[in-house]
Order: sequence, then structure tokens, then C-alpha cells
Amino acid sequence: MNFPVLSIVVFTPMVAAVLILLMPANKRNETRSLALAAATIALILSAWVYIQYLVNGMTGYQFVEEYTWLPALGMNLIFGVDGMSAPLVLLTGIVMFTGVCISWGIDDAHAPTGIQDRPREFFAFLFILASGVFGVFASLDLFMLFFFYEIAVFPMYLLIAIWGWVKTREYAAMKLTLYLFIGSVVALVGALALYYQAGFNSFDMRLLETANFSEAFQVKWFLPVFFGFAVLGGIWPFHNWSPDGHVAAPTAVSMFHAGVLMKLGAFAALRVGVMLLPQGAQHWSWLIMTCAGIAVVYGAFIAFVQPDLKYIIGFSSVSHMGLVMLGISTLNRNGLMGAGVQMFSHGVMTALFFAVVGMIYDRSHTRQIPELGGMIKPLPWAGIGFIIGGLVSMGMPGFSGFVAEFPIFMGVWGRQWLVAVIAAISIVITAAYIMLAIRKVFFAEMPANLEGHISPLTFLDKVAIGLLCSLMIGIGLFPSLMVPMVQTGVDNILRLLGGV
Amino acid sequence: MNSLAPILPEILILTLGIIILILDPFLKTEDRRSLGWLTAGGLLLTVIVSLLIARPAEPVSVLGGMLRFDWLGFLFKMLFLVGAAVTALFLMDVEKLNRRGEAYVLLLASVLGMNLMASSANLVMLYLAIETTSIPLYVLAGFLRSDDKSTEAGFKYMLFGALTSAVMLFGFSLLFGFTNTTDIYALSSLPKSLFLGVVFLLIVGLGFKVSIVPFHFWAPDVYEGAPTPVTGFLSTVSKAAGFSVVLRLFMVAFRFEAADWSIIFAVLSAVTMTLGNLLAIGQKNIKRMLAYSSIAHAGYAMIGVAAIYMSDAALSPLGVTSVIFYLIAYIITNLLAFGIVMAFFRVSGSDEIPAYNGLSRRHPWLAFAMLIAFLSLAGMPPFGGFIAKILVFAAAIKVNLTWLAVIGILNSSIGLYYYLIVLKHVYLNRDEATENLPLLITRPYAIALMVLVIGVILIGTLFAPWFNLAGTGALNLF
Amino acid sequence: MEFIFTHLLSLILFIPALTGLVIVFLPKDQIKLIRWTALLASLIPFAFSIVLWINFQPDVNGYQFVEKYSWYAAIGSSLHLGVDGLSLTMVLLTTLLTPLALLASFNISDRIKAYMMLFLFLETGMLGVFMAVDLLIFFVFWEIGLVPMYFLINQWGSANRNYASLKFMIYTMGGSLGLLLAIQLLGVLFGTFDLVVVTEKWNSASGLLLGFPIETVKAVIFWAFVVAFAIKVPVWPFHTWLPDAHTEAPTAGSMILAGVLLKLGAYGFLRLVLPLYPVQAEHYAGALAFLATAAIVFGAFAAYGQTDFKRLVAYSSVNHMGFVLLGIAAAAKAAGTLDATIALNGAVLQMFNHGLSAAGMFFLVGVIYERTHTRNLNDFGGLFPLVPVYGGILIFTSMASLGMPGLNGFISEFLVVRGSWPILTVYTAIAMLGLLFTGAYVLKGIKNVLHGPLNEQWAHGEHKLTEINTREIMVMVPLMALILIIGIWPAWILDVINKAMMALF
Repeated sequence: MNFPVLSIVVFTPMVAAVLILLMPANKRNETRSLALAAATIALILSAWVYIQYLVNGMTGYQFVEEYTWLPALGMNLIFGVDGMSAPLVLLTGIVMFTGVCISWGIDDAHAPTGIQDRPREFFAFLFILASGVFGVFASLDLFMLFFFYEIAVFPMYLLIAIWGWVKTREYAAMKLTLYLFIGSVVALVGALALYYQAGFNSFDMRLLETANFSEAFQVKWFLPVFFGFAVLGGIWPFHNWSPDGHVAAPTAVSMFHAGVLMKLGAFAALRVGVMLLPQGAQHWSWLIMTCAGIAVVYGAFIAFVQPDLKYIIGFSSVSHMGLVMLGISTLNRNGLMGAGVQMFSHGVMTALFFAVVGMIYDRSHTRQIPELGGMIKPLPWAGIGFIIGGLVSMGMPGFSGFVAEFPIFMGVWGRQWLVAVIAAISIVITAAYIMLAIRKVFFAEMPANLEGHISPLTFLDKVAIGLLCSLMIGIGLFPSLMVPMVQTGVDNILRLLGGV
Repeated sequence: MNSLAPILPEILILTLGIIILILDPFLKTEDRRSLGWLTAGGLLLTVIVSLLIARPAEPVSVLGGMLRFDWLGFLFKMLFLVGAAVTALFLMDVEKLNRRGEAYVLLLASVLGMNLMASSANLVMLYLAIETTSIPLYVLAGFLRSDDKSTEAGFKYMLFGALTSAVMLFGFSLLFGFTNTTDIYALSSLPKSLFLGVVFLLIVGLGFKVSIVPFHFWAPDVYEGAPTPVTGFLSTVSKAAGFSVVLRLFMVAFRFEAADWSIIFAVLSAVTMTLGNLLAIGQKNIKRMLAYSSIAHAGYAMIGVAAIYMSDAALSPLGVTSVIFYLIAYIITNLLAFGIVMAFFRVSGSDEIPAYNGLSRRHPWLAFAMLIAFLSLAGMPPFGGFIAKILVFAAAIKVNLTWLAVIGILNSSIGLYYYLIVLKHVYLNRDEATENLPLLITRPYAIALMVLVIGVILIGTLFAPWFNLAGTGALNLF
Repeated sequence: MEFIFTHLLSLILFIPALTGLVIVFLPKDQIKLIRWTALLASLIPFAFSIVLWINFQPDVNGYQFVEKYSWYAAIGSSLHLGVDGLSLTMVLLTTLLTPLALLASFNISDRIKAYMMLFLFLETGMLGVFMAVDLLIFFVFWEIGLVPMYFLINQWGSANRNYASLKFMIYTMGGSLGLLLAIQLLGVLFGTFDLVVVTEKWNSASGLLLGFPIETVKAVIFWAFVVAFAIKVPVWPFHTWLPDAHTEAPTAGSMILAGVLLKLGAYGFLRLVLPLYPVQAEHYAGALAFLATAAIVFGAFAAYGQTDFKRLVAYSSVNHMGFVLLGIAAAAKAAGTLDATIALNGAVLQMFNHGLSAAGMFFLVGVIYERTHTRNLNDFGGLFPLVPVYGGILIFTSMASLGMPGLNGFISEFLVVRGSWPILTVYTAIAMLGLLFTGAYVLKGIKNVLHGPLNEQWAHGEHKLTEINTREIMVMVPLMALILIIGIWPAWILDVINKAMMALF
């Protein structure tokens, strides 16, 4: 464990981005190969981190690396993972890898798919984004967390505005960026207040956990900090950026966005809000539970009436992230554990959904459900993948969605039964819209204008789908591969809550 | 030699100026452009020599109490010299300017004045220094006689400058009248009512220099009309000089009234940020937009000034440190921004924002430099602007000026909006007509831009050395 | 050998799913290979369940062949399998019907791989429910059984399949929601999902949960269970999904749907509701009996009024399941008495019997549909001379459905009536009316198809009716054999059931 694996994981994408930018603009295949190689390295390293954490006793913060940065103010580069962040590091590696696979596309002049225009810049910005995300998950220093959090904001603007869906990309990109920026700086103010109040002259979060702020301070500052970060997690009523952002973004960016970025918000809200201000969390948990509950049901209802397949998935993300927030708001064992697993499960699932939607859109140039049909024949892998994703989203046992949602509901029962009942209704609605979408898009008759225009999936597309499906099934059948790890992270949180 | 060490940089600048004046008539017109290389090189040499043999030790008043030789002043001086060197490189490609030796000499004269501003310990010296700085700048702003806008810029600048200097001088005279000394380090405290009146007068003058609201009216027109490298110089180095005076004057002369002037600066800062950002939103001309953005940035830096006062017993060094750091980051970033505007103008002849459509396809590297510059202005990591903003906000929260920090962050969001709009034009929009035309950047520009880009990234990532330097300088005031 | 014996249940449970996975990798044009792999592989669990039956000791109380594996320890759930007399009967039914259904599916020619796979996954789902001794596992397998059925109806069904499959899905999921709720509450209450532990600690649970007294929580669980199982059985008036689903499903799908899936609901009543809630069950037994009788009577009337042969059989399922419920209601009302035990025996045996006869009836409808492409009774007529073997088999199976003495239906219905009479006299009397009409619709069915004037279009030309072939006969033979054996000598199965019922109640 002397090998500084976490810093390498965090910086590899950034280095790769610089290298990619140095490639000549016309060497498209080389650029893409370089991107794929970097993504593979990141995936292998993040998987290695996860497995090592799994087999090495799963206690506390591991892979800790410390580098001084600005000692005068107590800002340092401190890397480390615990039970909650290790799965998320793995998730980032997975989504990055599959995102690159999906973006490779087909270079057919008549029916191109994937990223065709300026792939060099695209992958460079995507990797800067990835570095930011890795950095947040792996950081144990509050300033460092912010630094990487903000790095993850601006590439989103460029990625969506330049390569996104022409109709709404400018609007969606600006809205998304401003929302996320405002949320993050509000949380910044809170974090700085925390830093000064603690009086340690250090941003080290392990130290700040012991700070023992007064209850009044915690109650005052919990909301700005939590909601500031939770904006990125898509918490109602600050979720409005999310559906438009998801839909306007190009496929790999949507995968990243819904699959990882929203988890960034939830994770930071948990790490900084709940763990450093536990009394504040307990004081305000009712509010978070209410907002999350609304998000769960509202997201499902709105998804039900969408005619655009990508908007369905977008609103479904709002609903499922609501479940994560719901789990966090319970502040008990089951809820937190479920939230941790749901972050991973939903991340994989939604990456799969957006990947499939992207594959369909690239070939058929429409996402309107009435205009689609019969996709199972030319794209069987996509169909099976979407079906599996749909089952996960419904919480069907045997898949990771069930492993995640069941404890969340149990946790909510323990706190507020009414919310559990209301949220459970969303399950039926989810089943309805997913099954209807599947039936129409994949099994109904294919419209005449699409006949013969649907080119098959590439090998990399299939690799991506296969990887994502096997993860969802694997965790579903063998929860012991992830749940105990998340549990150790949860135990740490509970210790901080209980010490109150 | 030791007695000259405090003013070694100034002596060297003067020497350089004289050399250029002498060389100028002997060179052929086409070759006069190389005077730019000489200026830049000479300035850099000055920096190196000063760093080697003329570093300050303990703060001490020299030259009969006219100057204060300390790290604060020294740091600012070096900053000004670097900024001027970059500006000299930029000047080399302004058609009507680059072959006139006087332009470079005027630049050097202005820098000389700024150096003296930064280390003035006497009111008279201070006034002299301010005038020495400003008058060459009036000329430089209006240098392009055939361009109406430039002439207007120069004239406007001169009028405003003269007026505000006079008001400030009046303030100085009042100060002398009530305390019977012009030595800044010997000024004793004034009665409250008088203090407010005097401070108001001083702020008129200094506010003009720093272009905060409500003394900012000259800035958009002057910035737009002046030759772009001059604009760059004005908006960065000149502003920093103003701040150096503010810091020294208020921290030394008015130390005991800190509670009062920090509120004044806080309000000024809030108003400046907000107005600057709001007015920048609708701008179509990039130089005007950057002008308003500069006004806003003065506001952000001002937060640090307001964040000095913690309690009657304690003043926060972080406040001063954050201002200095902000200025360092801001100078580098804004020079980069104006440099890019200049490079683009040379080829396209336009400063309108829509003219930048498709720049990313035409010249990816220039577009990338623009990305870095604007994101740093917006306060995004891993660029210097991010750290700078964090530091001023941290300073504000430390002294319980949380409301000011909140206004700051809201303004940052507005700023992000209009910076992103520009980047949108660069990266998203396309202009088929110009996209495939080459965009030549001359050697001096390329070097300058590259150095600045590296600087912005360096200040944003490995910021500890800069912070420590700023901190050392700050401590000189305590 | 030893391994097989100690892992008998998990082998039975997982071999179908594993076979399903194997089929994924078979080349899709090797139709014969796929079909026979599926069929032969499904015979293995059947063989194992016979081994199970032989080695089962009816006199011993509690679960046998127990296996327990750690699964989701964090919330207190483990893969805990076991059988007692009740579940063993159901396991046997399932493993028997699945190979027959697969054999019946040999005439499916469209996307055979997917079809076989779904069927095998479905089998695992159903078996899992019956074998589960952990409530979370119960729920998991309950849900697992849903999705394959949806796709089977939706993709291979007949004209109205979209509507029918979605209705099936939504109804059942709604019920599952109740189940989910109840099981979650149980988990929170006891900290574990293990049924054995829950049963032991049931009466000693006390205090407050979520601010509600335990009794309230238990009541909520009760109603949640009741709703969930009532939808599955189905209890009138939650039965409206059944006619559509059964009618639109492909033949083998209907066989399994009617043969096994409906029993899941009844099993749930017997396994969870009655043992844990004797008091509430007794309290509401009257209502349940009312609904059961309504099912019997209305089901029979409705069946009588049908012109669609398959729909007629579907309603007959409602009718027959009504008897199961009547027996359960009687047992709830007077738990522990001899009459109750008799009624229960009848109910469970009826579950098994109806499984056999309903599967048989649906298959026979499928046989004729495949040849004539119509299910409308008015389109048939006088077919007996054309297809005498088919006719004979149809009559035999119909008689079983009708409850003719000598065949299995009689035994179970008699036991139910005998047991319920002393306890729920009025309802039983009304149920007799239903029994009368059962005869009516069965005979009507036979008459319209086989007797009466010959419908000329089936006699000549391209629509000439072909006789039932060897494969189809092979499907029916085991069913008929069991029908007859149970009808004449029911002791072999009744003994197991009886001892199980006495131990449980």
C-alpha cells in the first residue's frame, strides 16, 4: 500500500487530457485509442482500490496519502477512501470506461454514431471532469474536496454546449452550470465558516469530525452546506437543472452526469454536511426527508407522461436520487446503507439507460416514443440491457436495485411510515412507465421510415452494456460484495451521529 | 551600495529609459520595434538583479523618510515590473505604437511612478509618485491620434484623473494641516468627524485609480478606446498600484480607525462588485465587457481590504494577504485576457464578441488560452482566480463579514454567466467564413501568452509560495 | 451422492435457472437442441422432487431438508430453504407441470431460446416461493416469478396480449407492494426475516414500533398480506386480471399460470396468514367465506356464459380456487377442530388437483386452437367422430374438473364441503349451487365442442381436423394418470398433507 494509487487514479485522467490535447486534430483513431487506454487504466486502478479495500479488513480510511499544499492555512492534499467512497471511486472508473466505449461510435459517413466532431477536445474535457470527480471521492481535506468539486463544474458547460442536442444545449448548459456553481459556492461559505469555527487551522476532515461545534452553529450552517451540495444531487426543489441537462448532453456526458456527478453532490452533502455537522443533520432531517420524498414521487409522475425517452430517464434519475436523499435523511443504519448502495446501483443503471438511449438516437435520430419501435431485432443487446436496467429501476429482486431500495424503505419505516408508503407508490409508477417504454420502443412494430437504417452495435458498445449489466446482476445476487463495505462507512457516520 | 539598494529597481528603470531615448533616433524606423524586446528584457533583468542584491530585510524608512524599504513594497515592485515587461511585449505589435520609442519610455516612466507609489512613506512623495504614474498613462491612452476613440480615451482619462488627484491632494493637505506632518508613519489619529471627511477625499482619488464605484465612470470608455496593451496595463498594474497605496496608507496612517474604514470599504466593495457584474452582462464589445469585469474584480479585491478589521484588539493579516494574492492572480489573468484580445484584433480587426465565433476551430491554442483566462476570471480551479477568490472570501468569513462573502459569491455566479457566454461564442458558434483562415500570432505574443498561461495555472495549483510571499509582505504592515 | 442429499432443495431450485443460462449460449437455429435441453433439464428437478417425496418423513414436524446460506446478512436475511408437507406438495406439482408445459411448448416456433429461458427462470421463481423459510427470500422469488410471465404473455400471447399482460403486471405488482410493506415491517419489528425465528417470537413481541403499538403494526401486516395474496389467488373481487391473462397467454403459459401461480396466493394464506394470525383469521373468516362462495358461484355462472373456450376454462379456475378458499376460511373459523383439518386437507388437495386438471384443460384448449385457430365454442360442433382420442381425453379431464367420483376432483371437493359444512353451513350450501353450475358449464363445453351436429368445415379440405398426436398425448398421460390415481387411492398424498396440516394448525 505504499504505492500512491489514489493520487494516480485522480491525476491520470488529467494527464491523459493534456496528452490528448497535444494530439494533432486529424488523428482521430489515435486520439480515441489514447482515451480508451487511459480510461482502462483508470478502471483497473479503481477496481484495484475497491478490491483491496474489500479484502483488507474494510476499516477506516485506507490508501491515505498526505502532501502539503498550503500549511499556513492548513490546506493539504490528503487522499483516502472509506467504505462509502470506495464503491463510488469504482463507479467513476466504470462510467468513465463505458462512456469512452460508447463515444467511439461508427465512422460511417451516412450513419455516423458516437462523437464525430472534434473528439480530441471532447475527451480532454471529459477527462478533466473525471479527474475532478475522482478527486472529490478520494479527498479527506475539505479544501481539496472543493477544489476538485469546482473542477468538475466547468467542463460540463463545454461538453453540453458544444456536443449536446442542438435544440436545448445552450440553455440547458448555462442553467446547469449556474445552478451547480451557485450551489457549490453557497456550500463553500458554509465550509469556510466551519473551518474558522473549528479553530484547528486545518481543513483535514478527519480532524474536523472531532470539532464538536455548538448546536446553534450546526443548526444554522447545516442547511447551506447540505443543500448547497445537494443541488448537484438533484434534491427537490433545486432539481430543475437536471432533466434538461441530462437530455441536452451527449451520451457519454449524460452517463457521467446522471451516473456519477449527481452522486458527487449526495456524497459531498453526506461527507461535509452530515458527518461534520451531525446535530444540524438531526435537527433538519425532517426537511430533507420531505424534499426527498417529494422528489421520489414527483420524478416518477413526471417521467410517466414524457413522450421523449431521454426525458423519461432524466426524470427517473430525479426520482432515484430522491431515494438516495431519502436514505440519507433517515440517519439510521438501514437508510444510510441503502443510500450508499443505491448511489452505486443507480449510477450503473442510469449509465446503462443513457447509453442505450444514445445508441438508439444515433441510429434513428428521434427519441420520441411514438416514433420508435421494434428495436429489439436490430439491437438485441441494447434491448436486453434496457430491460435489465428497467428491472433494476423497479427494484426487482435479483438485481442491485432491490438490494439498495429495500434497506432504504426499511430505514424510512423506522422514522416516518407515511413517507415510506408514499414513496412506495413510486415503485408501481416506475414499473408502469418502464414497461410501457420497453414495450413500445423495443417490441412494438418498427415504423417504416426506420426499417433498414438501424446499424448494429459496435463491439465496444456491447462491452459497455455487458459490463454494466453484470455489475447490476452481480450485486443483486451477491450483496455481500458491496454491502458490508458500505456498512463500515455507515458505522463511521453513525458513530459521529451517536456521539451527539 | 547599500543606501541605493532601496531604489535600485528605479535607478535601473531610469537607466533603461535613458538608453531607449538615446537609441531611438539612431535606429531605422523598421528596427525600432526591437526596442520592445529591449524594454522587456531590461525590465526582467531589473527584476533578477533586484532579487539578487536588493532584497529588503527589516522594514526601514529610507531617503529621509520618503520611502519605506520593506517586503510589501518590494513585492509590489517586482509585480509591476513583470506586468510592464509583458505589456512591453504586447506593445510591440500595435501598429502605430511599436515603432515609437516614446511609447516604451512612457511605459517605463509610468512603472517608475508605480514603484514609488508602492513604497512611498510620505504624502508628498506619494502625490508625486501618483502623478508620475498617471501622466504618462494619459498620453499612452490617447496615443493613437488618428483614432477618435483613443483620443477621447486619453482626454477623458486626463480630465478625470486630474480632477480626482486634485481632490486627493486637498485631502493630503488637510491631513498635513491637522497632524503637522507628511510622514505617513508619523501621522497620529484624527478626531472622528475630520477623519471621515479626509478619508472621503482620499477615497475619491484612490478610488479613481482603482476604479471602484462610484469613481468608475471613466473606465469603460478609456479601456475601450485606448490601445489594448495599454488597457491591459491600466486594468492590472495600475490598479494594483492603487491598492498598494490603499493598503499602506490605511493600515499605517489610519490604523486606529480600522473599524470605520473597513465598513466603508465593505460597502464600496459590495456596490462595486454588483454594479460591475451587472453592467458587464449586456456588453457586445469585449473590451468594454472586460472593463466592467475589471471594475467588479476591484470590488472582489476590496473585500480583502474590508476584511482586515477583526476587532479593536486584532487586525487580520489574512485580509492583507488575500488582497495581495488576489492582485497577483488578477494581474496575470487579466493581462492574459487582454493579450488574447489584442492578438485576435490584429488579425480580425474587431473587438466585438460575436467576431470570436469559431475561434476554437480556427486556432485551438488561442481559444484554449482564452478558456483559461476567462475561467480564471470566473474563479474556477485549477486556475489562480479560484484560489484568489477563496482567500478573500475566507478572509471575510474570518472577521464575520459573512454577508459580504455571500454578496461576493452571488456576484461570482453572475460573472460566470457572462464569461461563459464569451466562451460559448468561441467554442460553440461557428463562422464558416473565417474558420479556416490562419491566425498568425507573432513571436513576442506567443511568448508572453505562454508565460501568462503557465503563470495562471501555477498560481492556481502550486500556490503556497505565492501565498507565503504575500503573507510576508502583509506582515510588514503589522 | 451425499452432496445431492444435503443440497437437494437448492439443486431443485437452481437447476432450472442454470439451464436457462446455458440455453443463452446455445445457437439459436438448433431448435431441437434447445427444446430437448430445456425439457430434459426440467426433468431433473422432477426426479429430485420424487426423491424428496420418498425420503420425506410425514410424521416429523417442522421443515426438512433444511439448507441455510448467508446472503444479505446486513439486514438479517439468509437463503433459508426447507419443505414441510404443504410445500412439498406444491414443489412436486411445480416440478411435474413444468416439463409437461415445456413439452406442450414444442409447437412454439418463434424465438424459442428466449421462450425456454423465460420458462425456466419462471420455474425457479415459483419453486423459490414454496421452499422459502426466509421472508425476504419469499418475496424475492415471488417477484422473480412476475417478469418472465409478463414477457411470456406479452410476446407469445394472442390478440389482446398487450392489455392483458400489463394488467397482470400492474395488479400483481400492486399486490406485491403490500407484500413488500408487510415484510419490511416484519423485518423492522424482529430484526430478522427468518420465518422460524419470527414464528417463535411472534407472540412475545411487544411495545411500540414507530410510535404505534405492536398490535396495530401486526394488523397492518395482516391486511397487507391478505391483499397481496387475495390478488394472486385470486379472491373475488380482485380476480379481474385472471380471465384476460389466462386467455391471452400462450398455452403453456396458461398451464403454469393456472396450475401453479394461483397456488402461490393460497400458499401464502396457509403459510403466513393463518399460522401467525389465528385470531384475526377467525374474525374475518366469515368475510373470506363470503368471497369464496361468491367466487364459486359467480365463477361458475360466468364460465357458463362464455363463448370463448379458453375464457370458460379461465373462469373455471376462479370457481375451483373458490373451493380452496372456502376450505381455508373454514379452517380459520374453527382452528384445531377435526372439521377444520378435514377442510384444510381438502383445500390443499384441491390446490394440487386443480393444478393437474386446469393444466390439462388449458392444454386441450390449446390443442384444438392450434388446429382450428379459433376458440369460439360456436365454431365447433360434433367433433367427436373426427378426433375420438382427443374427445376421450377431453371428456376425462372435464370430468375431473367437474368433480366426478373416481377422479381426483371429487375427493378434494368432498373434503372441503365435508369440513366446511359444520362450520360454515350457509356458505357451503350456496357453494353447492356453484357446484351444480360447474357441472353445467363443463357439460356445455363438452357439448359444444364434441357433440351435436358436425360442423362441416372441420371435416374436409384444408381445415380438416387432425387427431391429437403422440407428443400431445404424452403431455396428457401423466396428468390423467395422477388424476385417476388420486381419485381412486388418495392416501399417498393425503397422508402427507394431513400430517402437515395437523402439525401446523
